[in-house]
Amino acid sequence: MVISSTSKSDEQVSCTFASRYMRESLEKFKMPEQSMPKEAAYQIINDELMLDGAPRLNLASFVTTWMEPECDKLIMASVNKNYVDMDEYPVTTEIQNRCVNMIAHLFNAPVGEEETAVGVGTVGSSEAIMLAGLAFKRKWQHKRKLQGKPIDKPNIVTGANVQVCWEKFARYFEVELKEVKLKEGYYVMDPKKAVEMVDENTICVAAILGSTLTGEFEDVKLLNDLLTQKNKETGWDTPIHVDAASGGFIAPFLYPDLVWDFRLPLVKSINVSGHKYGLVYAGVGWVVWRSKEDLPEDLIFHINYLGADQPTFTLNFSKGSSQIIAQYYQFIRLGFQGYKDIMENCMMNAKVLKEGLEKTGRFSIVSKDIGVPLVAFSLKDGTQYTVFNISDSLRKFGWIVPAYTMPADAQHVAVLRVVIREDFSRGLAERLISDIDKVLKELDSFPSHVVTTKTAHVTVDDDQVGHNNKARKSEKEIQEEVTKHWKRFVEEKRTGVC
Amino acid sequence: MGLSKTFSESDVSIHSTFASRYVRDSAAKHQMPENSTPKEVAYQMINDELMLDGKPRLNLASFVTTWMEPECDKLIMESMNKNYVDMDEYPVTTELQNRCVNMIAHLFNAPLEDSEAAVGVGTVGSSEAIMLAGLAFKRKWQNKRKAEGKPYDKPNIVTGANVQVCWEKFARYFEVELKEVKVREGYYVMDPVKAVEMVDENTICVAAILGSTYNGEFEDVKLLNDLLLQKNNETGWDTAIHVDAASGGFIAPFLYPELEWDFRLPLVKSINVSGHKYGLVYAGIGWIVWRGKDDLPEDLIFHIDYLGADQPTFTLNFSKGSSQIIAQYYQLIRLGFEGYRNIMENCHKNAMVLKDGLDKTGRFDILSKDVGVPVVAFSLKDRSRHDEFEVSELLRRFGWIVPAYTMPADAKHVSLLRVVIREDFSRTLAERLVIDITKVLQELDRLPAKNGGEVKNGKKSEDEIKRDIATHWKKIVMAKKTRIISCS
Repeated sequence: MVISSTSKSDEQVSCTFASRYMRESLEKFKMPEQSMPKEAAYQIINDELMLDGAPRLNLASFVTTWMEPECDKLIMASVNKNYVDMDEYPVTTEIQNRCVNMIAHLFNAPVGEEETAVGVGTVGSSEAIMLAGLAFKRKWQHKRKLQGKPIDKPNIVTGANVQVCWEKFARYFEVELKEVKLKEGYYVMDPKKAVEMVDENTICVAAILGSTLTGEFEDVKLLNDLLTQKNKETGWDTPIHVDAASGGFIAPFLYPDLVWDFRLPLVKSINVSGHKYGLVYAGVGWVVWRSKEDLPEDLIFHINYLGADQPTFTLNFSKGSSQIIAQYYQFIRLGFQGYKDIMENCMMNAKVLKEGLEKTGRFSIVSKDIGVPLVAFSLKDGTQYTVFNISDSLRKFGWIVPAYTMPADAQHVAVLRVVIREDFSRGLAERLISDIDKVLKELDSFPSHVVTTKTAHVTVDDDQVGHNNKARKSEKEIQEEVTKHWKRFVEEKRTGVC
Repeated sequence: MGLSKTFSESDVSIHSTFASRYVRDSAAKHQMPENSTPKEVAYQMINDELMLDGKPRLNLASFVTTWMEPECDKLIMESMNKNYVDMDEYPVTTELQNRCVNMIAHLFNAPLEDSEAAVGVGTVGSSEAIMLAGLAFKRKWQNKRKAEGKPYDKPNIVTGANVQVCWEKFARYFEVELKEVKVREGYYVMDPVKAVEMVDENTICVAAILGSTYNGEFEDVKLLNDLLLQKNNETGWDTAIHVDAASGGFIAPFLYPELEWDFRLPLVKSINVSGHKYGLVYAGIGWIVWRGKDDLPEDLIFHIDYLGADQPTFTLNFSKGSSQIIAQYYQLIRLGFEGYRNIMENCHKNAMVLKDGLDKTGRFDILSKDVGVPVVAFSLKDRSRHDEFEVSELLRRFGWIVPAYTMPADAKHVSLLRVVIREDFSRTLAERLVIDITKVLQELDRLPAKNGGEVKNGKKSEDEIKRDIATHWKKIVMAKKTRIISCS
């Protein structure tokens, strides 16, 4: 004679969606008092995350979104290994060292066949760049102290197209950032102007191999030659750092004759993102120095952590081991040939996309053929609607294609950018083109769309931006309201039909 | 009429990995191999080498989490390909981070209104968190000094000598002087009285640790706060406190809720905690929370148009995985307050079991306190013949990784072993460890002294001489035995 009991005992039996956890609002500001079953916790989080964008359709990012299942297996198996416990996990540490050696050789570092390269794995190019910048700053300070000169105003020369981590480095480590402004049609750093800006306080000149905005490679060789000349005249010995975050795993495979790396004598350090064309998930970058002399010893910590001597020169300490192991997997799985094949595929698919866009007759292609495989394009006629509208509309199809304006002094130029990653096949490229066609047709059919100039760009000063926006809104705002009003009429009519 | 082909020429792709030629080649170490390798082979080669790493769960050296529920592992794998920094593309993931920040801020009693958003951010670990906190203090102090027209070229920070290395890194990389309060034998944390004495007009903040790495002890933040308030009254310098709660931040609120160490103390302006320690998430996540907006200078925050949307960013790292953040949220809602409390209570009980077991051997002094992070730090009572480093080495043979190290200045002559009790260290494992330590001690007792008999009066003791003779004869006997060819 069983009397049915209330839900408490049945809770373990009821399926997640039958349980009370699906009815209750989840605390967002405070930890809940009580525990909940793990299945419910999993389901709740998994379901909310369905509303995130699909990583593989995120054409905005260079960062890898797909890896082979064998690698996924290795990743999961090492997710509970704290990388920094070098004494406990010597093989994992050795694997990092092998990666550093391989990358150093790839960049033609002057290391002997069996000699150990100087470099380290980081969490990304941001950390890598900060370490490189720190090394330059410290070297410069030492030099100036010996000369009895002031060390309070270090600066670094870069193009205005640098990624934000350079600005972070400058601001957090108190180095002045001297930016070479861009101009319409020339969206990378001009080596001549850069060298002109170099003075006695310059700790280094940073060139980018694979500008974020257009994928272009800066002319590092020309920079090297001009700077060598200036160094002879001034005796300042200013070095170069190459930010090869995206280009570092493209150039050696597609453009082996392009001289941009340690083959140039003034290049003292290079960083590359393992998680971009290194073909690993987010969370690994690499920085390599030319030699021991380029990394001041007083920046390296030798610590007695957990009982063994551990030299450490990174900003982060504890972190997962997965991405480092995944990087090594890619190196031995693909080898030189494998990386080359993948990059060639990316370039072919970028070409397909570029040609498809050109055929529409509505776009100007801003990216170059040589560089990182991406396609940056602007509207030939931006009066009726802008690239920002196209970007918004593409979201409906599931594509995430970002639109943004160029940095100073080309803020009036706005572009859309599609990054071609390893997992962007030709089939997807063709589908994207047909969806862009659909979007253009749709936007064409609406009366004068609003142009909300999103002039927020990569600087610190937001005041200027705010003013521009406010000044232009009035007329367009009215137009937009009228359009919205009419749109509603049209929608209602459509939904009425059965 | 098929002629049989030789082994090396038949279809390579059908060979099992261990039948293929790949396992005969040496692993690539210095240069990328020219050609590709089949994925199964690549997997096998790496997996096999990694077998020789220590086992994470037997690594009793580390505070960092080594086990999570399978449901969480599933969430982790699914978000592995999401770059956290793409806030516009992954708004839910970004929101989850914000929720975690809020929950942690409330856990630390930040003075927030009901629906007010807390000021804080997820980082890759406490190192990054501490650097951000330090940077905020440095900038605030510089702004203050500039406004007063005073020099701002010599900032310093006051901490105990027992700080974790990331504070030293912060000091060296960001050019701040580190003024360390030395520890002494028997008192292995920062003395608040001495710390406050060291504060001067250039001090950007005083950093206290909740859960010292060496012995798990909590520093007396309340006393520090009271003394510093007094000094601030006298000097007008307004020096603030940062609490490095890397390990203690997820212990104290659950085991010692009455202990006042967080934002309840008015001078505490920022707190960091490691999500990957007692936050119970795998390596790769930390949190930093500020008291209020005023404690984070606006000019350190970047508003960027990255990939087409405005993104405020104040972290050192940019691109990184989303997995650990999602995992942290999972733990916070899955366990809730009671779940965390239960786990911490279990850890504490198991630490006591281990401590009692070690006490019973009669050979160790316990250096950790009962109140603090569940850690058992112990040193040999008699260090004349063997030291803690040898114990540590011998334990490795049983599979355990238990580190030995020396205390910081001025107690460097004190060496110790430390076992961290994590969530996944059950009572059974604790009992097994005690048994194995006992075995190790017995073995060490049989071995000659490490430095050839380091005895107080400088001569070998009688016992030593006897042991040497016995060992000598043993060798002779063993040699004879090996010459016996046949046995009856």
